[in-house]
Amino acid sequence: MLSSLLLVLLIGAAAWAGAQAGFYLLLGAVLPYSAVLVFIAGLVRRMIYWAGSPVPFTIPVTGGQEESLGFIRQAKTDCPSGASGVWARMFFEVAFFRSLFRNTSAEIQEDCLLTKGPRSIYSSSKWLWAFALLFHYSILLVFLRHFRFFMEPTPSCIRFLESLDGIMELGSPRFFLSAGLMLAALFFLLGRRFFNERLRYISLPGDYFPLLLLIGIAGTGICLRYFDKADTTAIKVFIMSLTHFAPVSPQGLSPLFFTHLALVCALLLYFPFSKLTHMVGIFFSPTRNAPNNSRRVRRVNPWNPPDQYFTYAEYEDLYREAMAEAGLPLEKQPDGT
Amino acid sequence: MYNARPVLAGIAIVAVLFSAPFWVGRLGRDYKDAGIVPPKDEKNCIEDTELMRSRHMQLLNEWRDEALRGENRSYTAADGRIWTVSLQNTCLSCHANYREFCERCHEASSVYPYCWTCHVIPVEIKK
Ligand code: HEC
Ligand code: HEC
Ligand code: HEC
Repeated sequence: MLSSLLLVLLIGAAAWAGAQAGFYLLLGAVLPYSAVLVFIAGLVRRMIYWAGSPVPFTIPVTGGQEESLGFIRQAKTDCPSGASGVWARMFFEVAFFRSLFRNTSAEIQEDCLLTKGPRSIYSSSKWLWAFALLFHYSILLVFLRHFRFFMEPTPSCIRFLESLDGIMELGSPRFFLSAGLMLAALFFLLGRRFFNERLRYISLPGDYFPLLLLIGIAGTGICLRYFDKADTTAIKVFIMSLTHFAPVSPQGLSPLFFTHLALVCALLLYFPFSKLTHMVGIFFSPTRNAPNNSRRVRRVNPWNPPDQYFTYAEYEDLYREAMAEAGLPLEKQPDGT
Repeated sequence: MYNARPVLAGIAIVAVLFSAPFWVGRLGRDYKDAGIVPPKDEKNCIEDTELMRSRHMQLLNEWRDEALRGENRSYTAADGRIWTVSLQNTCLSCHANYREFCERCHEASSVYPYCWTCHVIPVEIKK
């Protein structure tokens, strides 16, 4: 936890100092380009690696009734038996985190009246689901809103998202709800690891670092818009030159902007090597993408050794002489009759 | 590779989606400059130009609160000049060309202030 925090602070401080010292080529061109390249190439490498791993059998870990006799109703999305059901299950998983919705928490009740002793109690626990959903949709909206820096003119769909996001018309510049909600959700996800001791016990730097990095990104972004206001127009000129592969000098842009950019680059660089690859991994998950048709379709384990058959004809060919000597019945006699 | 076809489709989607910042820009124009027309007969804005450029919306917010909650309709700038707090009568007296100043710059950054549902842009009255 502390090491992750220090690492995030170090990246931010290094970028700030670098911008002050004028390492614009590094921070404004080399880092963003290489980060995007590593991000895309890293994800593709991951996908190819996963696609090369055999799945030994269908994994029908289901939350519902599988297809059975006609009068038993099948849970079509939870236990699909065909392609359309799998698409539906994947859609609900990706768009609404359906399996997280079934999250439960287990507590131990010390003295239960019924059992006269401790008893474990399971209850539905929707907090993780709610805040995870909140976070993911907020960051999606934030990501899409940034396309106003990549496009000229800004398409009306982005404008529509902005007007939705700023619908409360709070302050000026208008407060975008997604920024605050994203930060709130991130703090919940971090707090969960702090205050739940079982969760704290299993949390690793790889869990804290992305959360803190995202908090850093959201924090600097919010500062750039509401507090230490950056010159949005000049930033757009710079970003557009970057995406047209003819970077102009970003001299004069605020160091905080470079801190924001460097943290985003750190995220992109880190992404393909971290648990964040669940973004593409979800589509490779056999518990989500395999239809439960194991009773109808025979599935051969891809790493089974090739089958070796030894037919009776071959057996007889091998032992014919010995079998004839022992007087055993033969289909073909040794002399060929 | 197992399930080669869906995997290749997935790879293509990832590559196209996440390189979007680099190609969507080419669908429209390149952007070098907002092309705003500053007022000709004046030299200085209320505050320093740098400051105005990035913080004018915050200044307006401050003005609004001062005028309506503090009933204080005069604003002393950093250089000592005193201004009447008014969106329409102060800002837009110098920046009378709203279309080519405020709006052009806002459109470039996809900002659509909702102020004009109540406040009036003076030019439009004359027309
Ligand atoms: C140099 C370009 C530029 C010029 C010129 C300009 N603005 Fe802005 N304005 C911006 C940008 C950029 C934002 C959004 C800030 C952000 O996204 O951080 C903004 C935001 C605003 C907002 C807040 C809108 C919201 O809903 O968030 C108001 C109000 C505003 N400007 C008023 C004006 C007025 C009035 C003028 C003309 C007198 C003007 N601006 C001229 C660039 C400009
Ligand atoms: C719902 C209608 C409405 C909207 C929208 C609105 N205003 Fe106002 N505004 C008013 C009213 C009413 C007053 C009071 C006028 C007075 O007392 O002189 C006022 C006064 C002000 C004043 C101070 C006095 C003056 O004459 O200018 C400022 C500055 C101001 N508004 C800025 C803004 C800005 C900036 C926006 C857009 C972000 C905005 N307003 C949006 C209704 C509105
Ligand atoms: C006395 C006339 C005057 C008034 C009143 C005035 N401005 Fe300006 N403003 C100017 C001039 C002149 C410039 C150009 C300064 C320059 O180019 O250095 C300017 C520049 C600006 C810029 C920066 C444009 C750029 O070059 O990027 C913004 C934004 C702006 N004004 C907004 C406002 C707002 C908002 C108000 C009202 C709160 C306002 N101005 C009031 C005269 C004025």
